[in-house]
Amino acid sequence: MRRLRSIAVVLAMFAAGATGVWAAGEKIEIPDRDWSWNGPLGSFDRAELQRGLQVYTEVCASCHSLRLLAYRNLAALGYGEEEIKAYAANYEVEDGPNDQGEMFLRAAIPSDRFVPPFANEQAARAANNGAYPPDLSLMTKARKNGANYVFALLTGYQDEPPEGFQLMDGMYYNKVFPGHQIAMAPPLFEDGVEYADGTEATVERMAADTTAFLAWAAEPELEDRKSMGIWVLSVLAILFVMTVAVKRQVWSDVH
Amino acid sequence: MATKTEFKNPVVRWVDDRLPVFTYLDHEYNQFPMPRNLNYWWNFGALASVVLILMILTGIMLAMQYTPHVDYAFESVERIMRDVNYGWLLRYLHMNGASMFFIVVYIHMFRGLYYGSYHAPRELLWMLGVVIVLLMMATAFMGYVLPWGQMSFWGATVITNLFSAIPWVGDVIVTWLWGGFSVDNPTLNRFYALHYLLPFVIFAVVALHVIAVHITGSNNPKGIDVQVPRDTVTFHPYFTAKDSVGLVAFLLFFSAVVFFAPNVFGEPDNYIKANPLQTPPHIVPEWYFLPFYAILRAVPDNFIGGWVTGWMGVTFVSAKLAGVIAMFGSIAVLFLLPWLDRSKVRSARYRPVHNAFFWVFLVDCFVLGWVGANPAEGMFIWIGRVATAWYFVHFLIIIPLVSMIETPRPVPASISEPVLKEKA
Repeated sequence: MRRLRSIAVVLAMFAAGATGVWAAGEKIEIPDRDWSWNGPLGSFDRAELQRGLQVYTEVCASCHSLRLLAYRNLAALGYGEEEIKAYAANYEVEDGPNDQGEMFLRAAIPSDRFVPPFANEQAARAANNGAYPPDLSLMTKARKNGANYVFALLTGYQDEPPEGFQLMDGMYYNKVFPGHQIAMAPPLFEDGVEYADGTEATVERMAADTTAFLAWAAEPELEDRKSMGIWVLSVLAILFVMTVAVKRQVWSDVH
Repeated sequence: MATKTEFKNPVVRWVDDRLPVFTYLDHEYNQFPMPRNLNYWWNFGALASVVLILMILTGIMLAMQYTPHVDYAFESVERIMRDVNYGWLLRYLHMNGASMFFIVVYIHMFRGLYYGSYHAPRELLWMLGVVIVLLMMATAFMGYVLPWGQMSFWGATVITNLFSAIPWVGDVIVTWLWGGFSVDNPTLNRFYALHYLLPFVIFAVVALHVIAVHITGSNNPKGIDVQVPRDTVTFHPYFTAKDSVGLVAFLLFFSAVVFFAPNVFGEPDNYIKANPLQTPPHIVPEWYFLPFYAILRAVPDNFIGGWVTGWMGVTFVSAKLAGVIAMFGSIAVLFLLPWLDRSKVRSARYRPVHNAFFWVFLVDCFVLGWVGANPAEGMFIWIGRVATAWYFVHFLIIIPLVSMIETPRPVPASISEPVLKEKA
């Protein structure tokens, strides 16, 4: 029993080391949330994604681009063609040159990529006190523990930093952001958006909806992938039983 | 080999009389004698060839959609993930296929180490295998650069910079490798060209590896030679059936990763586009390089040659050069293994001391991998140094010494007989 326990301790040390907990110097707790798309049978909740798009559109999009997505991709959220056209038409893109050789502005159409809020990185920095709001297309894949981290970050603001913490000018204290100083002002406030489906817009609800929307944006193939996976694993499982039977039959005269 | 197979089908016979491919297949895969006692660890060679073919096929299809340019590479990979039909499947198969390839090949190598498959007459077979691993490492490294994420860029920067450790000409060589003064578009282009080329070189060396094993025949868990026909069974149907079981089991594992945890082996940082102005907090290679990365970082300044030059207060062999030498040495030592191990008995089953050290060595490799995944600070420095030292001590001292002084247990007289004898 004691031996078992010491083995368990050694294994736990290995696990801790492998995940870099010691290396980080400080352990930041990121709680796991029970997302709808977790697990082998998980899928996105359309209503949640639609609310998430609303938060992105009304809040995040003023600073953060979503350059890998096209408006047509919103069909996966359950929107019809006309709704997508109407959504895209709210944005302007530069097109051209026309037959006069001039560039012109036109309303965005479903085949256009999401129009970024700033023309380039310099413009983004100039408008954001020198900070560069990252593109959000792959955010949940580009951070360790992606979705949980994004949610924890959005809900991890603290009005007053802990005593003795030197907060730089124009920075905000966030419990989970590395170094705890983040240039992004707390983006979500109670009733910050008025949900089209009437859901009560608590900070937690908005953060969860936004995270769900970003998880879909990063992995739009997730549902196809998982359902194909179930099918592939089932076929392989049957095939496995068959190959084992064949092998036994073939080897029966040898053993 | 000498006898020609007679085929009934006239077309087959017509072709075979002119180019005996059917005779060859019949001899080498249908009637080919295999030791009857091979266990499931012998599946991994066949698995590796399946993965190689899968990698080449998915790779060619990805190449049709990928753009090797610093401004478009990252976006073109995401286009494959989002807009190309089943592009996500192709890419996840290819990306995780690399990890699978190393898992399968590492198991294949440890199987060879355990059962002494490198002993005479299989020295060349073993050495060709080491060449394949080296080529795989080069191919995997360059492939990892292609998506042009943060880890791609910084991994490429760190690894190519290793060559700057070469005395006098190092910097010139690095500039030549880069095709410029930093990792940039020319680097990406040549890595893409080489990443497309090398798999076919691997394929050719695999062919030699397979030809070599068909000359000597497979080793087996008892490590003794085939003596009578009763010791063997034909490749088909016995091992086609047994390999099929292993293949489907492997595909189950592979599919579970591809469909349900496709990024489990990857670094999140590689989903951030490469930015030459921003170094990620931890630069870590892919998991299959971690033990070698640990060896690279383990050697301190002036360790090699330190006892000669240290008193002069001059660094002749820097930590970097020594690390590079140690890292390449860790592979080079495998080439020497057939001559380092002087035992007449191949299989570790009958070599209790050698057997015990095999397991210690296996643990040592895992420890190196663990150290490689962590920053080189605190206790990891010392664990890394001890584990690196042990790696070389194992090959250069333990293996030769044990092989000379150990008294092996009696080896069975033949593959087919010993069952009764062992019990008596």
